[in-house]
Amino acid sequence: MPFIKKPRTLKPLGAVSIGTGERAVKIGGGNTLPLYFFDAKLSNPPAVGVELTDTAWDAAELPLLAKAYEGAATLAERVACAANMKGVDFVCLRLEGADPGGDNLSVEECVKLAQEAAAACTKPLCIAGCRSEEKDVELFKALAAALQGQNVLFLSAKEEDYKTIGAATVLAYGHKVAGESSVDINLAKQLNVLMTQLGIPKESIVMNLGGAAVGYGFEYVSSTMDRVKAAALEQDDAMLQMPVITQVATETWAVKESMASQADMPEWGDLEQRGIQMETVTAAACLASGSDAVILRHPVAVDKIAALVAALI
Amino acid sequence: MALKGLDIFKLTPKTNCKECNQPTCMAFAMKVASGAIALTDCPHMSAAALDKFASATEPPMKTIDIGAGECAYKLGGETVLLRHDKTLVNSNLYGICISADMPDAAIEAALTEMTKIDYERIGKRMYVECVYVKCNSDAVRSAEVAVKAVASGRVPVLDCADPDIAKSVLGAIKEAKPVLCGANAANWEAMNAVAKAADAVLGVSGADLNELHDTVEKLEAAGNKKLILDVGSVSIKDAFANAVEIRRAALKDGDRTFGYPSIVNLAALAPGDLVTQAALASIFTLRYGSIILMERIGYAEALPLFGLRQNIYTDPQKPMRVTPGLYPIGGANENSVCCLTVDFALSYFIVSGEIERSRVPVNLLIPDAGGYSVLTAWAAGKLSASSIAKFIQEFEIDTKIKNHTLILPGKVAVLKGDLEAKLPDWKIVVGPNEAIQLVKFLSTIN
Ligand code: B12
Ligand code: SF4
Repeated sequence: MPFIKKPRTLKPLGAVSIGTGERAVKIGGGNTLPLYFFDAKLSNPPAVGVELTDTAWDAAELPLLAKAYEGAATLAERVACAANMKGVDFVCLRLEGADPGGDNLSVEECVKLAQEAAAACTKPLCIAGCRSEEKDVELFKALAAALQGQNVLFLSAKEEDYKTIGAATVLAYGHKVAGESSVDINLAKQLNVLMTQLGIPKESIVMNLGGAAVGYGFEYVSSTMDRVKAAALEQDDAMLQMPVITQVATETWAVKESMASQADMPEWGDLEQRGIQMETVTAAACLASGSDAVILRHPVAVDKIAALVAALI
Repeated sequence: MALKGLDIFKLTPKTNCKECNQPTCMAFAMKVASGAIALTDCPHMSAAALDKFASATEPPMKTIDIGAGECAYKLGGETVLLRHDKTLVNSNLYGICISADMPDAAIEAALTEMTKIDYERIGKRMYVECVYVKCNSDAVRSAEVAVKAVASGRVPVLDCADPDIAKSVLGAIKEAKPVLCGANAANWEAMNAVAKAADAVLGVSGADLNELHDTVEKLEAAGNKKLILDVGSVSIKDAFANAVEIRRAALKDGDRTFGYPSIVNLAALAPGDLVTQAALASIFTLRYGSIILMERIGYAEALPLFGLRQNIYTDPQKPMRVTPGLYPIGGANENSVCCLTVDFALSYFIVSGEIERSRVPVNLLIPDAGGYSVLTAWAAGKLSASSIAKFIQEFEIDTKIKNHTLILPGKVAVLKGDLEAKLPDWKIVVGPNEAIQLVKFLSTIN
């Protein structure tokens, strides 16, 4: 007896477009379970973003990463390099320098940096803050005005600050916003409900469900995404149909596997190779669980993940 | 899949002879359905009825045993598609590939690299479980290479579609209970005979899912239910689609023909590209690969993949915890400093490992933090200045330890002020954010 393939038709998810004109990229909008492109014709592949910070990477033991930014002296030049990397769909600029506990750049300085970056960026832009709640609110307000018309995605608004950030970025200037919740389907849904009640259209909201490196509580991340996708696609839950974006790099480059020098862990071998595999394996696991966009750091990971997505279509 | 009482009643002889110690066949059937007694308690059950019962109550996916002795594993036996639906029971295995065409030196190098990967992670030994041996037309050479695989202490997985060669290679290694891959639509009968004679699990492949389905049915009809299904190596897209279709058919649509574990050969899907192979291994770990083979596995690949697998194959109902208490590390005594962490097994494992690496004796304090990570526990209110102070009091740390220096995880630096107020005779020090930074940090504190 031959194998009987059952038809699986699901409703398409919401899509959020970032950037403008020909360079715009659509995140989400697929109509299959994650990566199940064999189930249906119409589908939208996940997008791959590359992140960089205004304070350059410490690439002492990462020659391949350093090479990708070789010769780039200013932030604008580094952004241009990032945008041109093979496989990149969008660029994520993290304004780490704004951190009050770090360089504590002023909002004006950050605006200037972001404007230079935006001008040099040939791909849609996503902007992440410095993880200081007060500073990020101020930063996003000023950046949203300065980058008007560029359809930027801001990472992220939380339950505590979605009102100010949502109003300043989406309602006032038509940008897009990611709602950040902590690895919990109910919290994610609640934030979407609150943001839509504020008047933010569904089409302007991306979900940042939280992330972890593989081996570090990743089972919660993957199960949360499994459940979100099941609710969105199989139970038609409109408040969970927003696309999912995951910051992979910030998680994977902060664990021992990607940090311990070869001198410290001789048996582990080359540090850069470890970092690349940690990032690639985590990114692939996120895509299989339901990320519609992943943000990575290393050019090799970006290239290989983008090529893998293409091979799966 | 449970049968209803009425269905079981239909299988009985309906004579009410009471030999089963039940008043009627109907009463007997009801008790069988509830699991109180076994169907075999009725001596008059026909062979056909027993068969029917067995196949109706069979689990949707078979559990297949491979390997022998210390390298014996169970594959399959899953009842759900996603871990949060219940739990995944038998974790996938990873393997590397060698071939009879490779020179001995290359084989040695691959096996040596593989055996170097042997470490502990949260109380479990991490190592590569399988070695895949691609045979060639030289039976003697193929057997020689297979013997090397067995000598490495891993389960051999043979790839050989020639029944004669397979027979002679199996002859050399059958005690290891290998998997024999290579059965297909053309050779299944002969391969089946070879596998059965050696009591090896048989790997089946097909040009497409239809052909695979057909061949599995034929093998089952011939009495072989110890099978593993090859998802194929036509393309990445195809292999992934097949892995999903096979598992979904078995668990969601009740297609028992596809109720077997799978095997995925990534070396064939992305030859020479270890980064893509690692990415694919990740996807197949989540989506239905049972034996996942790569060209090579070094630490760069093992660290993320084994971590992922350990995460995914945990019971979602039971967080991994350690018992709260005082854990002296590196020969710590009452004069050694204290570090505080949480009772989440992963956090404990990472932090204690780094303290050991620092060679600085440390008293590790573990309060009851609900089994959560540092920040989760803090955000959930399970790790606070009061809970830490209470722990110090309950476990009499004050009197047990003379050195009243307490190093906090950097991620909960905010607790410092409150803790100083609660524990006035302690010196509270904020440690680094990541445990890996502890080695350097501890060397400066003494
Ligand atoms: C998995 C997870 C969960 C799981 C819990 C898993 C568990 N057993 O802990 C679940 C889903 C249950 C969960 C729930 C919640 N979570 Co949670 N969760 C995570 C996640 C994704 C990973 C945590 C993890 O496993 N880390 C790995 C372990 C090993 O890390 P760790 O314990 O911190 O240890 C490291 C360091 O601290 C250091 N260290 C440890 N001990 C020591 C000791 C010393 C002396 C030193 C120097 C260093 C050190 O070493 C380790 C490695 O470097 C994180 C995000 C992230 N990526 O970190 C969010 C996160 C921790 N969660 C968060 C939140 C808010 C919550 C909730 C409160 C959400 C809610 N409102 O319900 C709940 C709380 C629990 C509840 N009420 O039920 C937030 C915390 C925000 C904050 N800054 O306070 C985070 C950061 C996510 C986020 N970005 O919003 N969570
Ligand atoms: S022994 Fe069998 S046939 Fe006799 S009463 Fe019991 S079930 Fe019926």
